Order: sequence, then C-alpha cells, then structure tokens
Amino acid sequence: MIRWLMWLMGGIVLGGMVHLATVLALPTTATRDAYSRLAPMAAVNTVVPLPEPAPATALLPFTDPAFAAAVCRYDLTAAPLKLTAPVSQAYTSVSFYTRKGIAYYAINDRAAGRRVIELDLMTAEQHADMPEEEDVTAADRLIVESPTPTGLIVLKALAAEPGQMPAARRTLAAARCRPQPQ
Amino acid sequence: MKLLFGSFLTILVAAALGLGATWFALTRGTAFGAVQIGAWSASPRSGSVDIDPYARAGIARTGQLPVGLGDGVAFLARNDDTGRPLDGRCDVVLRGTTPAARFWTLTLYDPAGRLVANSANRYGFTSQELVRAADGTFEIVAAPRARAGNWLPTGGAEHYVLMLRLYDTPVGVATGANREAPMPAVVARACT
Repeated sequence: MIRWLMWLMGGIVLGGMVHLATVLALPTTATRDAYSRLAPMAAVNTVVPLPEPAPATALLPFTDPAFAAAVCRYDLTAAPLKLTAPVSQAYTSVSFYTRKGIAYYAINDRAAGRRVIELDLMTAEQHADMPEEEDVTAADRLIVESPTPTGLIVLKALAAEPGQMPAARRTLAAARCRPQPQ
Repeated sequence: MKLLFGSFLTILVAAALGLGATWFALTRGTAFGAVQIGAWSASPRSGSVDIDPYARAGIARTGQLPVGLGDGVAFLARNDDTGRPLDGRCDVVLRGTTPAARFWTLTLYDPAGRLVANSANRYGFTSQELVRAADGTFEIVAAPRARAGNWLPTGGAEHYVLMLRLYDTPVGVATGANREAPMPAVVARACT
C-alpha cells in the first residue's frame, strides 16, 4: 500500500513538472500567435491597415471595434526602423509587441506631446553601436529598444463615434515605418 | 512486474495531471496579480514585459495582443455581480461610473473574443456615445431585443463577455481598491 502511495506521489510531483514545462514551452511552439496570423497579410517594414473587425472576420480575438488599426511587422536585422505616425483628433496610440506578442512599450498622443509621433526602433546592439555625438544632438529623439529583432507595431486611432472612422483610417494611412539608411 | 505497473501509474498520473492543469489554466484563465473590482478583472501587468508565464502562454495560444500599459487597461467581465455567467437571452444592466480615463470603450464579445452578430450592427459603446444622467452616471442595457436608452445588443448569444478598456488612465499596476477605480455594477434582470 505504502509502495503504491509512493508511486502516486511521484506521479503528482512529475505532473507538476509537466505542467510547468508545457506552460513555459507553449509560447515557443505556438503557431497561431498574433505575429503568425498577421504574417500572410502584412509585408515586412510597411504600415498595413487592419480590416475592421466584424463577427465573421476577426483576424485577432478581442480587437476593439471602436478603433481604426494598422500594423507594421518589423524586422530590424538589416537596419533600425523609423516610425512616424500623425495624431488623429480623438486618441492615437502606438504599441510595440515582441515576436511572441508581449507588449514591451506603448505611447499615446498626449505622452508624445506632438502632432506627429516620431520614434526610432532598434535592437540593444544597434543602440550601443550608435555614435555617441549623434545620441547627444538628438536628445529629443525618442529611441525604443526592441528585445527581439522581429515583432509588431500596432497603431490605433480612436473613432469616438462611428462617423469618425473614415477620418481615423485616413490618419493611419499617413503613418510610415521604414528602415533607416545608415 | 510491480515496478512496471508502478512506473506506469506514475507516468499516467503525471501526464493527466500536468496536461490537465495546463489546459485548465489556459482555457479558464488564471489571474495572478489581477485587479478584481466587482464583476470586473484586469491584469495591468499583462500589458508589459512583467507578464506572467500563464498570460504569456495564453496570448501565444489565442493570438490576442494585450493592451499595452502605456496605452490603457482592459477589464473583463464573464459573470454578473452574483457570479452567474452573462447570458445573451437575459437583460443585463450596467450602471454606475468608470475610473478616470481620457476615453473608454465597452465591447461585447463571445467567449472566444469574436464580435457577436446583431441586426443593429452595434458591438459596444465609446465614452463619447453614451446617454448619461445629470450626475454623470450611465445605464447600459445588454439585451437581445431593442431597449430605450443605451442598448447593447447581445444577438441572443448563450454566453458572452464584456470588455471595458480604459485609455490614457491612471489605473495601473498599483490600483487595487474599489474606491480608486469605481466600475459599473453588472446586474442580471429578466430573461426572455
């Protein structure tokens, strides 16, 4: 009896380890994460408008239908990226996600404090390689470090009323993300 | 022989327990460091690099992109204030105010996060669209058939969830008490 209990205890301990291992391994094995879902429709290093969410066509779950949204699927391996996004009349935000969908940075129009949100996205190595004097002269330049060489930038403009949706979409159509010539 | 049966039992228990716990945690959702206010819960940490491993696995599985902490905070309600799941065949009243925010939106989804089809093509409200009482409070009625005032169509769906997103808000990781963040009450009324 005691022997069987020992086997059972062993099973429970091992089960705990299986549970932790599967939870930790899941993000690296998932094939339907946001990046993979957007890859077929979003070319690399360009701003692509996302379709308005509708009951039949939801590209990503829990998308806010009150917003016009666009995405820039970035790849920093060749060069850092420059992002410019004009600000709409209601509320505009830019969120940065890693390859695995972790939100590592987000900024809104008020925090940016200008008519245009303008920032440079680079990896930690590219930031370290930047000439020092350039860093100083560009003190008001906003530099964001990406933890992964690839990822997603999601731009959102609020249409506080349905009638404002076309204007919000137009605002995002003027946004650009492109590799910086070095 | 005993050794064989013993190790077989161990492996069986380990697989069932381990995989079962993972499946349960990811489909039901876990709430580490969650802010619970009435029927609403939010995990502001999920919008940052401090996201916990369960939420990390959850977003990888569903493809959801969490609201970034510099952008806002998302509150989710699966149940009414008494703990019963939200039923699209019943009238559910949301009454009260929301925490301070520049804008907020309320959206009705099915449990998988898809919008629910309805004849009015309305999937939610923004803070600008609401009809409010003189004291600034509001009342939204989620119901299968049209109602006077702020009507949120449920499309008759059996189960649905409500997501209230606050944009540009002081609510964040440090928020805990109900007094800091007054969320609307969720009360179920008559069912059709």
